[in-house]
Amino acid sequence: MTDPLAWLVLLPLLWACGAFLLGPGRGAWLAGTGVALQLFCALLVGGSLLEGGIRTHAIGGWGAPLGIDLAADGLAAIMLLLTQLVALPLMLYARTYFAAGDATAHYFWPLAGMLLGGLNALFLSTDLFNLYVTLEIVGLASVGLVVTGGDARQIAAGLRYLLATLVGSSMYLLGVALLYGVYGTVSIATLGPLIDSAAPRAVWLAAGLMLFGLMLKTALFPFHYWLPPAHGSAPAPVSALLSALVVKASFYLILRLWLGPFLPMSAAAAWLAALLGSVAILWGSWHAIHTERLKELVAYSTVAQLGYLFLVFPLLGPDEIALQAGTMQVVAHGLAKAAMFAATGVFIHLNGRDAVADVAGVAGRLPVTLFAFALAGMTLMGLPPSGGFLAKWLLIHAALRQGHWWLVVVIIAGSLLAAVYVFRVLRQAFLVVPDERRRHGAVPRMLEWTAFFLAAASVAVGLRGMEILRLLAIGRQVPA
Amino acid sequence: MTQNELLPLALLASSLVPGLIIFALPQDHIRLRTTLNLFGALAKLALIGTLLAGVAVGEKYLVRYAVLPGIDIVFRADALALLFVTLSAVLWLFTTLYAIGYLEGAAHLNRFFGFFSLCVTATMGIAMAANLFTFFVFYELLTLATFPLVVHRGTARAMRAGTIYLSYTLTGGALLLIGIVWLSGLLGHTEFAHGGAITSLVAVGSVQDWQLQTIFLLLMAGVGVKAAIVPLHGWLPHAMVAPAPVSALLHAVAVVKAGAFGIVRIVYDVYGIEFAQSLQLLTPLAIAASLTIIWGSLRALSQDDLKRRLAFSTVSQVSYIVLGVALFGPIGTVGGLVHLVHQGIMKITMFFCAGNYAETLGIHKVSQMGGTGRRMPLTTLAFSITALSMIGTPFTAGAVSKTWLSDGAQAAGMNWAIWILWISTLLNAAYFLPILWRCWFQKTPAAWPAENILARGWRETKWLLLLPPLATAGATLAAGLFADLPWSPLAWAQLIAAREYLQ
Repeated sequence: MTDPLAWLVLLPLLWACGAFLLGPGRGAWLAGTGVALQLFCALLVGGSLLEGGIRTHAIGGWGAPLGIDLAADGLAAIMLLLTQLVALPLMLYARTYFAAGDATAHYFWPLAGMLLGGLNALFLSTDLFNLYVTLEIVGLASVGLVVTGGDARQIAAGLRYLLATLVGSSMYLLGVALLYGVYGTVSIATLGPLIDSAAPRAVWLAAGLMLFGLMLKTALFPFHYWLPPAHGSAPAPVSALLSALVVKASFYLILRLWLGPFLPMSAAAAWLAALLGSVAILWGSWHAIHTERLKELVAYSTVAQLGYLFLVFPLLGPDEIALQAGTMQVVAHGLAKAAMFAATGVFIHLNGRDAVADVAGVAGRLPVTLFAFALAGMTLMGLPPSGGFLAKWLLIHAALRQGHWWLVVVIIAGSLLAAVYVFRVLRQAFLVVPDERRRHGAVPRMLEWTAFFLAAASVAVGLRGMEILRLLAIGRQVPA
Repeated sequence: MTQNELLPLALLASSLVPGLIIFALPQDHIRLRTTLNLFGALAKLALIGTLLAGVAVGEKYLVRYAVLPGIDIVFRADALALLFVTLSAVLWLFTTLYAIGYLEGAAHLNRFFGFFSLCVTATMGIAMAANLFTFFVFYELLTLATFPLVVHRGTARAMRAGTIYLSYTLTGGALLLIGIVWLSGLLGHTEFAHGGAITSLVAVGSVQDWQLQTIFLLLMAGVGVKAAIVPLHGWLPHAMVAPAPVSALLHAVAVVKAGAFGIVRIVYDVYGIEFAQSLQLLTPLAIAASLTIIWGSLRALSQDDLKRRLAFSTVSQVSYIVLGVALFGPIGTVGGLVHLVHQGIMKITMFFCAGNYAETLGIHKVSQMGGTGRRMPLTTLAFSITALSMIGTPFTAGAVSKTWLSDGAQAAGMNWAIWILWISTLLNAAYFLPILWRCWFQKTPAAWPAENILARGWRETKWLLLLPPLATAGATLAAGLFADLPWSPLAWAQLIAAREYLQ
């Protein structure tokens, strides 16, 4: 048992159990160590991929079709790296955030472990049924995390989220069952060559059900209704995990299915996805510009930024640019959104209130956090030199190449709208506030610097695009 | 890494590193902050000296770093880059000194000087960018780094100015981005080259003229926002609510200059002057520049707020550079390029002086300026020299620019442009001479609006506020009187024009 692939799934489950038994104090310590080890494993996986191509691991020595295979190609490795890289600072952040004997912490650590284990397993799974299982683990752990605080708003949001996530995974499961009925297998690799555009109607139905279920889980407009309340009311580290990673997991799955078994039947749906994505960008931004609450602003920004991911579908195919753009957006947004929720958590920690207007004057009080927020905002606006900029550059490039001008207009409009809601906060921060309105709470340094680290990473990604794209190319048959 | 690769990076680092350290310093480490600032500025000048000497004898300085497949960040310190780099670095030193005096004891100075250094770093990046991708990266960085400076005072008015500034510049940036991506999609990734990067590519490709013309329009709209070309100039008069050193930065060191420089780069090194002429792009550009020159001057006439008048004057003067670029021929090029430097040293002096009047006597309006010549003779002397130079009085920097520009217009056969220059000269006189008359010949009022700094002997204000405008006013005279000596801005502009047209 020395394969890092297996450890990436095992470690979080182990420390989740440990944290449950030991309680929040030592549990936090255990979680931090565990995630650090996971990051190390993910780096090992990435390194070995660059040297030797796709890696697989048969659990317990029983390979597919009898047993369960874990496999990592470039895309999976990027997701694994992103997940551990986002999780590590957030675990340190959460350790400080929940420090003061907060009851929430009892549930946070075990659930966070479940969540990370589920995510890692999802990225590594190779058959549709295992993917369903991991999807449920991720979904239930996420709902649990949203309601950890236990106040009425969180529970209402959590129930709504529970409904959405269960409906989504049931639709997915129904689709898997239909596919199994037709072809007698759930392995993605085996299904690939079997499905073509002349497939029976049941397969089309299955594809539709699975994709819609996953879109519901990814909060694509108009299925986004559950996201703002859930991400907007959860504790800051939870919102960060959910917005940065969980919605990306179902998107990852859509991408996998789209590029894999459903490739022959995806042409029609591609434009629908792009259309919904465009509306999501405009709708999410519009709400982010108008909401009064800070965390809801950040949550609506997630709705908008997820829209960009769906613009890539009509552009996939002739070359790799669109896929590169999508992947870059996933990575950049993951880091930036985690940073932004973490920074927002610090602002709220200082003020005790969650209104955009309460940010007034923090430029003097919390320069590091404000810097973190601004850097994350840079990525969301797609300004250079950030990961978000590279994503948008590639996306515009792909759209222009295929002559889809309206996509360019949407992308640019989305960036400008993002600038409006990001600078809405920054403007407040620079306002000079009379002394009596100023609050004098102390903010632990750890909260500020972990947020800063995440934001700086989202910008640094923009300077290391080459490595990410090299990793992404592994396991893809690149058209000449 | 060879020395020729390290030098451009060191030039960036000489303002970036001190800036980042300053962010991390506690607010009360005044001496350390000042030392870092000055050390950075002086180190930058030393580096530039080495580069100038190298480029003059044909040395190549280039460094590249791959970001995406086929897309690199490339810096190249060529003659044109160094013109802008030298101007910015010299004026940065003076502005830093001035800012230290101006903002003494104010709040959030770490933030101020930190972002100030970032602005200068971004300017260095813009100057040395060797392809449009790199140019865009630093162009947007400049927008972001300037915002905290524009809103530094934190008042509602400053916020409004900041919002207007951002809405203009970010929209412009978006257009620029579309243009750049479109161009690189059509013709592949191209680096700046004398005589035009795309000329040779277009010959073999199947690109249509209308595409290149539309892209040119997008690019010009993008950089035209910062260069304050009418009707994209609306942000500049609002942004003057910022403290005086920031106005100096916007008008002379970085922002407006970055826009004008972008136009120069795109016309000469992306399209190529001859190819741009063959696409019939230069005449519309010249017309836009002419309209801006006249419109800016007309608006300046009616402004009572001194800094607003200066802001509209900048709108007008920066388009001299654009006009020089658009005049097809080496003489006009020299005129435009030399005005890039001359406008910088003139306008920075005027903003220093306006800051001195405001800080020392509380004077913000032209109508309050009566008798200031007796109370603040040195400041007013500096102001007068540069105002006369702006008008184009003989033996000043402004006269050199205007002579070369009108000769260039004649050589290009665009005689109407000479008329524009003359009308502009008259308008310049009409909005500057009344100020000079008020300063020197009107009676001193019984009390100044708010006299904050008392005169001590010849020191009419703090010496840190006094020396920078005197030095730059001296430079204005020197650039005019010694224009024919080697190493003058004019000589360097001639070197660039020679390299640009001999290809």
